[in-house]
Amino acid sequence: MTVVRRAGLALLLTAAVLVGFVGVTHWIMNIFIFTVMYAGLATGWNLVGGFAGYTSLGHAAFFGIGAYAMDVTFEHHSIGAGYVPFAILPFIGIGVAALSIPLGWIAMRTRAATFAIVTITLLFVVQTLAFNLKSITHGSQGMGITPPPFALHTYERPFYVAMLAMLVLALLITWYVQRSKLGLALAAIRDDEDKAHGVGVHVTAVKLIAFSTSVAIASMIGAVWAYYVLFIYPQFAVDPLISIGIVLMVFLGGKGTLWGPALGALIVVPAQQYFAYELGASKLYLIAYAGLFLVIMLFLPQGIIPSLASWADRNRHRRARTLSGGQLVSPPLHELLP
Amino acid sequence: MGALLSLDGVVAGYNQGLVLKGVNLSVDASEVTCLIGPNGAGKSTVLKTVSGLLKPISGTVCFDSEDITSLSTHERLRRGIVHVPQDRSLFPAMTVWDNVLMGAHIVRDHAAIRSRLATVVEMFPIVERRRQAHAGSLSGGEQKIVEIARTMMLDPKLILLDEPSIGLDPRSRRLVFDTIRELTKAGRTVLLVEQNARSGLAVAQHGAILEGGVVKLEGTGLSLLDDPLVAQLYLGAVAPTTSVASRATGVLPSPNSISALKEPQ
Repeated sequence: MTVVRRAGLALLLTAAVLVGFVGVTHWIMNIFIFTVMYAGLATGWNLVGGFAGYTSLGHAAFFGIGAYAMDVTFEHHSIGAGYVPFAILPFIGIGVAALSIPLGWIAMRTRAATFAIVTITLLFVVQTLAFNLKSITHGSQGMGITPPPFALHTYERPFYVAMLAMLVLALLITWYVQRSKLGLALAAIRDDEDKAHGVGVHVTAVKLIAFSTSVAIASMIGAVWAYYVLFIYPQFAVDPLISIGIVLMVFLGGKGTLWGPALGALIVVPAQQYFAYELGASKLYLIAYAGLFLVIMLFLPQGIIPSLASWADRNRHRRARTLSGGQLVSPPLHELLP
Repeated sequence: MGALLSLDGVVAGYNQGLVLKGVNLSVDASEVTCLIGPNGAGKSTVLKTVSGLLKPISGTVCFDSEDITSLSTHERLRRGIVHVPQDRSLFPAMTVWDNVLMGAHIVRDHAAIRSRLATVVEMFPIVERRRQAHAGSLSGGEQKIVEIARTMMLDPKLILLDEPSIGLDPRSRRLVFDTIRELTKAGRTVLLVEQNARSGLAVAQHGAILEGGVVKLEGTGLSLLDDPLVAQLYLGAVAPTTSVASRATGVLPSPNSISALKEPQ
């Protein structure tokens, strides 16, 4: 990574943290939190949907499981208030990752559209369980958490920082995956699973690693969300619109890229939140979702970042050819070697 | 050079029945051995038996003085036997560079990967020249070259090539056969199965004709090219009497082998 890139990243991270400390109104801060939350969810989803090519519509189930895990922990085990509940996030992540292995092992025996259907079925199974396991979830009555004793004027700040930490974690994992054999193996699986097996990729293990990591991130974000919103019920915590929103953001920003999903969230969530505030509970923003999907399919089938990358690549090649009198100039070999 | 690979009385087949009915074949190190024969003779089955995709019913497969008959595909891969199948095996949506890197997926030594990559780039300039191109956007011949380049990432001792020129135009075919020559110059051993018998034998130091699941005739590539019966059966009826043929050396077919070739197919 070049010095300029490192400096840029440090600047971006500092700016993202500082955003949580500027004195803005609660509803603006709320938009920040939801933007960062969806950026984390989309970046995590990208591991399995973007890199492995398995379009999961069931991530909201794991988001909901994380949310319920937080509320159940509050109710059945006294974990205190304030910042302490944030400390149980890793345990929720590890627990959900372990739970997801048998589920993923079964679901990932299917591919493409069948996998999408299997995962959305899983979502409704989890929602139905949330309705019916009343002794644990209180069914449709929902579950509440006692509000944390945070100062009113900075109430959202800890949640923003926690969501940002989840996003950074998801980005770091994605960054590592992109540069490792795991990323290459996932790309091979996305391209042709049988051929990937042929070159020695342990296909099932690689897919399960991506799936469990991805849903672990979703569950931890769900847990932070549950602590933030204080009251959850099945349709709210296990909501298909969460899954659809995530997929939309990844497709808009660019599948299989590091920054694409976060960029997609940065565009979609503020717009969605703004329209939700403006148009009340009319859910007209869903029409905007559909419109955005159409725009992506028609004009940006690869997503924003891959389209920009292709455009920049074409320009660079054209410039290189012009400079070298028609010959393509290659970088030195040491820059290409892993 | 001694034999790197030898098959002794190999009998193998699928559910439908036996395909190989006692194949005896030896492949010398740093040479190209070309296996030709009619459709259904068992040429590809020989390669599958060597790479471990198919377990023989009887007989032995020895590689580098070791009996590998019972070893798995992975273990054979680790010993340096790689199989380039007839079908396109590249990942079309991945770049040429990533495809080549995938060749070293089972290699854990990063220094070895870097060194092999440098060798591959030097040996196959297309890898660097088209490194960012999607493999699916390359021509058939280029894809085959990249496939061969990818196998080099495993630093193979023996490369099994199954009909590498199938479906290629003449220019691409020449490119592929030139690459096969380069492989032997680099000290690799190649067992080549080829429908295009003339090109296959021309590039091979050793040739064998497989028919009905057994090797019916062996000789140097050039001697087989010069054989009138081989010419009649596999080279389009006209035996080459060119200077190439006159340079033929090695084992000539015995009268028995020739009469066997005359048997109705």
